[in-house]
Amino acid sequence: MPATMNPTTSRIQVRPATEKEGRQDYISIRDFNFYYGAKKALESITLDVPERRVVAFIGPSGCGKSTLLRNLNRMNDLVDGIRHEGDITINGRSIYDPGLEVISLRRRVGMVFQKSNPFPKSIYENVVYALRVMGVRDRAILDEACETSLRKAALWDEVKDRLQDSALGLSGGQMQRLCIARAIANRPEILLMDEPCSALDPIATGKIEELIHELKEQFTIVIVTHSMQQAARVSDRTAFFYLGKLIEYDTTEKIFMNPSQAQTEAYISGRFG
Amino acid sequence: MAHHPADSATPKGEPWVWFTSLGLIVGLVMVVGLLGLVLVNGFAVFWAPTVPTVKLGDGTTHIGHLAQRRIRPGSPASDPRYERQYQVGLKEVNGNSYVWIDEKKVTQESFDPSVLGLERMENGPAFVVPVAFVDAKGIRLEASQAGFLAALQAEVAHAAEIREQLADINRRQIGEVNAEMESLRIAQRRAEDRREPTQAIVDRLAKLDARFAELKASADKVAAGISSAKLEARDASGRALSLPAASLVRAWEPNRMTFWERVGLLFSRLREFLFDEPREANTEGGLMPAIFGTLVMTVFMSLLVTPFGVIAAIYLREYAKDGPILRAVRICVNNLAGVPSIVFGVFGLGFFVYVLGGSLDRLFFADQLKYNNNTPVLGTGGLLWCSLTLALMTLPVVIVATEEALSAVPRGMREASLAAGASKWQTIRDILLPASAPGILTGVILAMARGAGEVAPLMLVGVVKLAPTLPVDGLAPFLHLDRKFMHLGFHIFDLGFQSPDSDAARPMVFATTLLLIVLVVCLNLGAITIRNRLRARFKGASF
Repeated sequence: MPATMNPTTSRIQVRPATEKEGRQDYISIRDFNFYYGAKKALESITLDVPERRVVAFIGPSGCGKSTLLRNLNRMNDLVDGIRHEGDITINGRSIYDPGLEVISLRRRVGMVFQKSNPFPKSIYENVVYALRVMGVRDRAILDEACETSLRKAALWDEVKDRLQDSALGLSGGQMQRLCIARAIANRPEILLMDEPCSALDPIATGKIEELIHELKEQFTIVIVTHSMQQAARVSDRTAFFYLGKLIEYDTTEKIFMNPSQAQTEAYISGRFG
Repeated sequence: MAHHPADSATPKGEPWVWFTSLGLIVGLVMVVGLLGLVLVNGFAVFWAPTVPTVKLGDGTTHIGHLAQRRIRPGSPASDPRYERQYQVGLKEVNGNSYVWIDEKKVTQESFDPSVLGLERMENGPAFVVPVAFVDAKGIRLEASQAGFLAALQAEVAHAAEIREQLADINRRQIGEVNAEMESLRIAQRRAEDRREPTQAIVDRLAKLDARFAELKASADKVAAGISSAKLEARDASGRALSLPAASLVRAWEPNRMTFWERVGLLFSRLREFLFDEPREANTEGGLMPAIFGTLVMTVFMSLLVTPFGVIAAIYLREYAKDGPILRAVRICVNNLAGVPSIVFGVFGLGFFVYVLGGSLDRLFFADQLKYNNNTPVLGTGGLLWCSLTLALMTLPVVIVATEEALSAVPRGMREASLAAGASKWQTIRDILLPASAPGILTGVILAMARGAGEVAPLMLVGVVKLAPTLPVDGLAPFLHLDRKFMHLGFHIFDLGFQSPDSDAARPMVFATTLLLIVLVVCLNLGAITIRNRLRARFKGASF
C-alpha cells in the first residue's frame, strides 16, 4: 500500500453521515458461516446494513468480502459444493426462506460486477433486460424505464442518440455505468457492487463514485472495494474483513480515523494487505 | 569468457518448424492434386476435341477422339508398346463406343474437316462423315452445300422443343391427373367397402378419364410434329447410315470449329449437365435431379440435426448433474461419431423405415395400405428417412460443438443475466444461445460437410439410381418427404461401378465428383457467411 493511504493525510476525505433515517437492520446477517466444500470461507459474521446507506466491505484479497456480497443475492448458488449456516434477512425476511424464489430475490437485489459485462445486444436491450425477463412487453414502460435508468446512471446524455447501437461499442467507463443502469432498471431495493471501479481509469471512477452518492437516495448499497480512498469517499459504514472474519464494523469515519482494532489500523495504514 | 549455452548458433526448435510445415505442405499438395485431377478429368466431359480419322495397316478405319494412351499391359519393359483408346461412338454399329488400337498399327492419321460429331438420344455419341440432310419434304441438301449444318441444327433444335412439350404433357399434366385418379380410386374402394355412395367419385373419375384422353390426344398431336427429316452419313468404314434428325441432341464439326465455338459448346453442355435430366443409364444428359436431391436432403438433415443436437447439448452442459453417468453419456456421444456410416444405414432401414415408417403407415395411411395393395407410403425408403439417418449420424458433431460453444460463453454474461433476475431457461434462451450461435453453426457446417458426401447409409434408406419425380414439386403438399430421390454421391458410385459402359461413364464420374465438391463448398460457404455475420455481431465482447 502506498503511503498516501495513511488516514492522517488530507487526501482521504471522510464523508459525514447523512441525516435521514431508515430501518437500521435492513439487511441483517446473523452468525453466518459459509463453506466452499470443506473450506470455510466465512466465519460467524454478524452485521446489519441500514436502509438507504452505503456500506463498504474492505479487506485483503481472499478475506471473504466478495463471498459475503455474493451471498446477499445468492449468486453463490451457481457454485457446486457450497454450504451455509446462520441466516441473512432482508427487511425481516430470510433470503433462504424456501417459499422465496431465488429469482424474485435477485429482482430485489441488483448487482454490478467487477468486470463490466454488457450483453452483446443494443444499449436499449441491455438496460431493459431485467424488465423483459419479468415479462414486461409494454413499449412505453420499457422506454420510460430505459430513460430513467440511464439518467440515474448518468449515461443518458452520452447515449440517447444511439440506444439501438451495440453496447459493446461503449468505452470501459460507459459500459460499467450501463451495467449500473441495467442493475437498477427494475427498481431493486438493494444494489450490490463488486469492485465496480477496479478496471476503470480515475475519471470514470470519479463518475461512478458520484453516481453512488446519488443512488443511495433510493437504494441500499453494499460495495466491495480494494481502494480505501474509495471506501472512505463513498460509504457511510465500513466493514473490515480478514481471513473470513469480520474484524471491525463501524461508521466510516470511525474506521478510518480511530479504528478500535489493531488489525484494522494496520490494514488501512497500509502495513499489510 | 565462459560460453553460455544460450549462445549456440542454431536455436533448438528450428528443425521442428520445418518438419511441421512439411506436414502442411504434404496436405496441401494432396488437396491441390485431387482438385486438379478432378477438374481436368471432369472437364473432358464438356470439351469438344478434334477428331482424327485413323487408318490401320489392316485397312480398317476409325473416326473418333483420343481418350487415352498407355503402355500396353504385358508388353516387355525393355520395349514398351503403346496403345491408344479412341472414342468412336456409333455403338449400334461398332458394338462398343471405345476401341483400343495398337500404336504400331496406325499407318495414317488425318483430320477430315467435314467430320460431324453427334450426340444422340440413344446409343451414345457418333462421329460420321456427313453426306446430305433430307428435310421432311424430301428436299436434299448435300453436305458440301452452304447452310447444311445450320439446317441440321435447326431441325435438332426443333426436335428438342417438341421433346420438351411432350415431357411437359406426359410428365407434369398427365402426372397430376394420375395422382388424383390414384387417390380417387383408393377413395372409391374405401367407399364401396363401407357401402357409402360412390357417385361423386365415379363422376369425378369419369371427368379425369376424359381429361386424360384429352391430354393423350394433345400429346399425340405434338408428337405428330416430329419431323421425318434425316441425316444421311457414312461411318468410318464407309457404310451408309440414315439417322433421323429427331434422335439427335447436338451436332458439331469438331475439326472445323474455332476455339470460341468449342467454348460455346462447353457451356451448352455444362448447362445441360446442371439443369437437365439424365439419359442413357445416367451416362449422358444432366444431373439436375441428383443436384436437387442432394441439396434438399442436406438442408433437411441440417434442419433436423440442429435442434436435436442443440437441445441435447443444453441438457448435458446446463442441466445435467456432473457425475459418472454424465461422463459415460458424453463418451458414448463422442464415440457415436466414430461408428461406420453403413451401420447407421442399417439402423435407419431397420428402425426408421421398417419400425417407425411401418407404424406410421398403419396409423395414418391405413386406408392407403388396405385399398392400394399394401403399397407402403412411409414404410419404404425416402427423403425423410435419409435425412433422419444422416441427422443421427452427424448428431455427435453438433452436440460436441454446441457444448464447446456454451462453455466458451464468458461467465460474466451468465452471471449478469442471473443477477438481473432471469431464470436459467431465460438465460440460456436470451444470452447463452445467441452468444454461442457461431460455435453451433461451426458444428452444423461440419455436419453438413459430412452428411452431403455420405453415400453408404443412403443406399439402404431411400436413394435410387433414377427417380422420375423430384422431392419438391407443384403438387400438394409440395415437399414429398416419402419420395425416393437421386443423390450425387450415389450417382458417382452408380456411374463408376454399375454402368453398362464403364469407359463412357468414367469422365462423367469425374464431372459428377467435381459437382459434388462444388455443391458441398457452396453449402459450406453459405453457412460460413451466416456464421461470420453472427460473429461480427458479438465482436468486441470482452469479459
